[in-house]
Amino acid sequence: MPAHDVLIIGAGLAGQRAALAAASEGATVGVLSKVHPVRSHSVAAAGGINAALNPEDSWESHAYDTVKGSDFLGDQDAIEIMCREAPNELLHLEHIGVTFARNDSGHLGTRAFGGASAARTYYVADITGQAILHVLYEQLMKHHEQLDRYEEWFVTTLLRGDDGECVGCVARDIRHGNLEIFRAKNVILASGGAGQCFKPTTNALICTGDGIAQAYQIGAPLMDMEMIQYNPTTLAENGFLITEGARGEGAHLYNAAGERFMEKYAPNKLELASRDVVSRAEQTEINEGRGFPDGTIALDITKVPRKRVLEALREIVNIGRDFAGVDITREPIHIRPGCHYIMGGVKTDVDGRTPIEGLYAAGEVACVSVHGGNRLGANSLLDTLIFGRRSGEHAAHRARSIPLPEIPDSVLDDEQRKLDALVRRERTGRRVSEIREELGTTMNKYVAVFREDEGLNTALEVVKRLQEEAKTAYIDDQGKVFNQDVLAAIEMEYMLDCAECIVVAAEHRKESRGAQFRTDFPERNDAEWLKHIDLTRNGAGPKISYSEVTITKWQPEERKY
Amino acid sequence: MPEYTLRLRRYDPESGEAAYWEDHTVELEGHRSVLEGILKVKADEDGSIGIRCSCRAAICGSCGVRINGKPGLACHTHLEAAAKHGAGTGWNPPDEGQATPIIEVEPMGNMPVVKDLIVDMDAVHWKKVRRVTPWLINKEPIPEREYIVPHENMVDVTQTMACIQCGACVSDCLSMEVDPGFIGPAALAKAYRFVGDPRDAQQKERLVDLSEDPHGIYDCTHCFNCIDACPKGVAPMSQIMRLRRVASADYEIEDRNNGYRHEHAFVDNIRKNGLLHEADLLPDSYGGKFHPRAAPELISSLPVITKALVRRKVTPTGALLHKHRKEYKGLREYFDTIEKHEKRYELNLYISGYEDDAEGAETAPEVGVAGSSGQPSAPGADPHKSDPSEGGGV
Repeated sequence: MPAHDVLIIGAGLAGQRAALAAASEGATVGVLSKVHPVRSHSVAAAGGINAALNPEDSWESHAYDTVKGSDFLGDQDAIEIMCREAPNELLHLEHIGVTFARNDSGHLGTRAFGGASAARTYYVADITGQAILHVLYEQLMKHHEQLDRYEEWFVTTLLRGDDGECVGCVARDIRHGNLEIFRAKNVILASGGAGQCFKPTTNALICTGDGIAQAYQIGAPLMDMEMIQYNPTTLAENGFLITEGARGEGAHLYNAAGERFMEKYAPNKLELASRDVVSRAEQTEINEGRGFPDGTIALDITKVPRKRVLEALREIVNIGRDFAGVDITREPIHIRPGCHYIMGGVKTDVDGRTPIEGLYAAGEVACVSVHGGNRLGANSLLDTLIFGRRSGEHAAHRARSIPLPEIPDSVLDDEQRKLDALVRRERTGRRVSEIREELGTTMNKYVAVFREDEGLNTALEVVKRLQEEAKTAYIDDQGKVFNQDVLAAIEMEYMLDCAECIVVAAEHRKESRGAQFRTDFPERNDAEWLKHIDLTRNGAGPKISYSEVTITKWQPEERKY
Repeated sequence: MPEYTLRLRRYDPESGEAAYWEDHTVELEGHRSVLEGILKVKADEDGSIGIRCSCRAAICGSCGVRINGKPGLACHTHLEAAAKHGAGTGWNPPDEGQATPIIEVEPMGNMPVVKDLIVDMDAVHWKKVRRVTPWLINKEPIPEREYIVPHENMVDVTQTMACIQCGACVSDCLSMEVDPGFIGPAALAKAYRFVGDPRDAQQKERLVDLSEDPHGIYDCTHCFNCIDACPKGVAPMSQIMRLRRVASADYEIEDRNNGYRHEHAFVDNIRKNGLLHEADLLPDSYGGKFHPRAAPELISSLPVITKALVRRKVTPTGALLHKHRKEYKGLREYFDTIEKHEKRYELNLYISGYEDDAEGAETAPEVGVAGSSGQPSAPGADPHKSDPSEGGGV
């Protein structure tokens, strides 16, 4: 049975960064991922990464923008750390080989991004996430002697020791179908978000909230789960993302009447207001009949010089051409708000620690909370790297003072029995794929840009029914090798846990803040709701409690763009 | 809605049976992808169909397959387009009673199949990537801030950074079929990413390594398959050729595979003869007919030469009395045009050839301010004060 000082689950940016940090601190590290690391969804992050690196910029400005973007729900101590450490992290990436775009003098170049008061987004064309992810993987290959990679392994459960601490996990080797216990002094969850709870979504098929649900199932609290970001520019049919970089480069939004409607909603920042603001503006235009007949808005990138588009926005030129049949350098493309990111997740402190000893979380799976009610564009890559690194370092230090845990083999038998039962289910229930489809469309209908009590209650009823149905849902594949069917069934349970928490928290927060807009409570209510909603598993459903928002420098104020 | 028949190559390693074809019919709009078609079959009919996939948008590189015999991403190929080249189209005779277009999907080539459409990328592709020392070896000293490097260099290597490691090029690499040891298109493109990166300290060492390896850069046969296959425009073969140009022209690395001399012999041969004089090329590649190196090569080539003579691919007179045509119109000009340029022209995915200053104004008349350098300052029409040109520009 493999044993490590630090076991990292997930190998996107947060996971790989954590692995490299832990290894450089001398820990023995295992990185386990259900897909090959370069397939992780960080690869799709297009626009860039924020850092106040220019001398005329300041981390305080970056932090204030982030706090304001979060609608004052972000914890300011964590935001300060992230923004202070951003420049060095960026330089580290540059030094290990990320091919960041330069300006005329050969220094790092920047582009503008939403909700930011300075152009502080560093980028590689519009493949920033891909470039960073691949470079980190280069480093993983370089340091292969300190880092064991378990590529295409799927975690079925986290394990807790006698004192309640996290001691490892059980995982299935997807390629061969066997289960294995992974012993670890520390486990870092870095397995990404839960966008697949919604349909359509910009998120990859693998973003099924595994880590959020695994932590929840062993008793770790989740926080800010109601905060689901709808990105303003996604393709109507399939939810594919058009990067905010397009607006950063100068693209405009128009309604069907040809009005640049953002002048009305955000007279100063226009298209570069924060994402919740732009998405709400678009949805309002659409709901009030000023959108196009297919329920969309036009994004006009022809404003940006063609040469520049082909150099800096190559990927969305391809996406427009291949998935919407539009040459974005010649004509506008039709978009609408679409599910994109979950600000909430496993509650952690600034070192990635969850309240469960030995269990860490970093990246989209976690909620530090630096994003609060709404994440700024290009802050997600930063979040993954800063808190990935901090978790890795902290876990490596913690490993020095404790022994490797012992885990009885019987654990494996229990898990195996569960899986066998799942595979052998009678074909009387529903197909897993049907449940997934119904969950996605339900969430996208009732838990989207605008929410209200009745819809949320309907959504909760559906989720609870689907949870019951999932218990008897059957699968086709009985084999061991690459049985994706059985994994899909487990992922379904993970998604339903996440969805339940999202809906419960959204129903509970009776105000409008950031991404949460309640048409029945349209105002922000600092007196009652300037607090995080924490959810802890309690029997069948989540138990609700609250935690304070940390405020250091910036008192809540009215939010205008 | 149109119907398509997806003919999937199935293989279950646990069954003890050989691989077989299985037909499924799906009803989907033609602009949906082949992957969507397969996922629909998987969702509605048979969850046991194995295919790796994640992003659905040609970014993650998971779903490399062969569609109608051609490698590519399943998510990046429209059903409609695929149906035009499927069974029952063109010279490919339709099946009996075939009503809907048939799209054949099978696993990629050159890699062992694990199950259905899933291949073992680690055994081939990633092993080859690891062969090229795939990480930056920093130029020392590492600066306190960023390395100062020209924007063009970064854009240049970004083309190979655009590779998503899907393996489509590896799948249909002809050289790799003949020589499984060939480092191959994807890994060599990755190698260029470091050779072309001014921050790397070991460009020469990397080039010597890749030139001297008999499975290295001179093992490519210019078949263009990888350029055709690549869904991201990385053009691996072009990157291999660039490695050769840098190795031979810039570093003058004379490799034991004779790649360097062969390339020079080729150019000289054309310069001298106008058309390729095959009979001279071989000995010239080894230093001329009377060079000690050439004799064993000539002798070992005798069977091939004999066969060529027997099959009348060459005639003794043609081979020996090649007509020199150095007066060919324009030949001189070609050499002059190419050789007088100090900097080589290299094609790049991210450089369009469109100029913004003059012609750009025609293509996009409402464009805002253009920077003094000819680089546009992007949100020119944006009224708020965070003009990116202040923060370093573009």
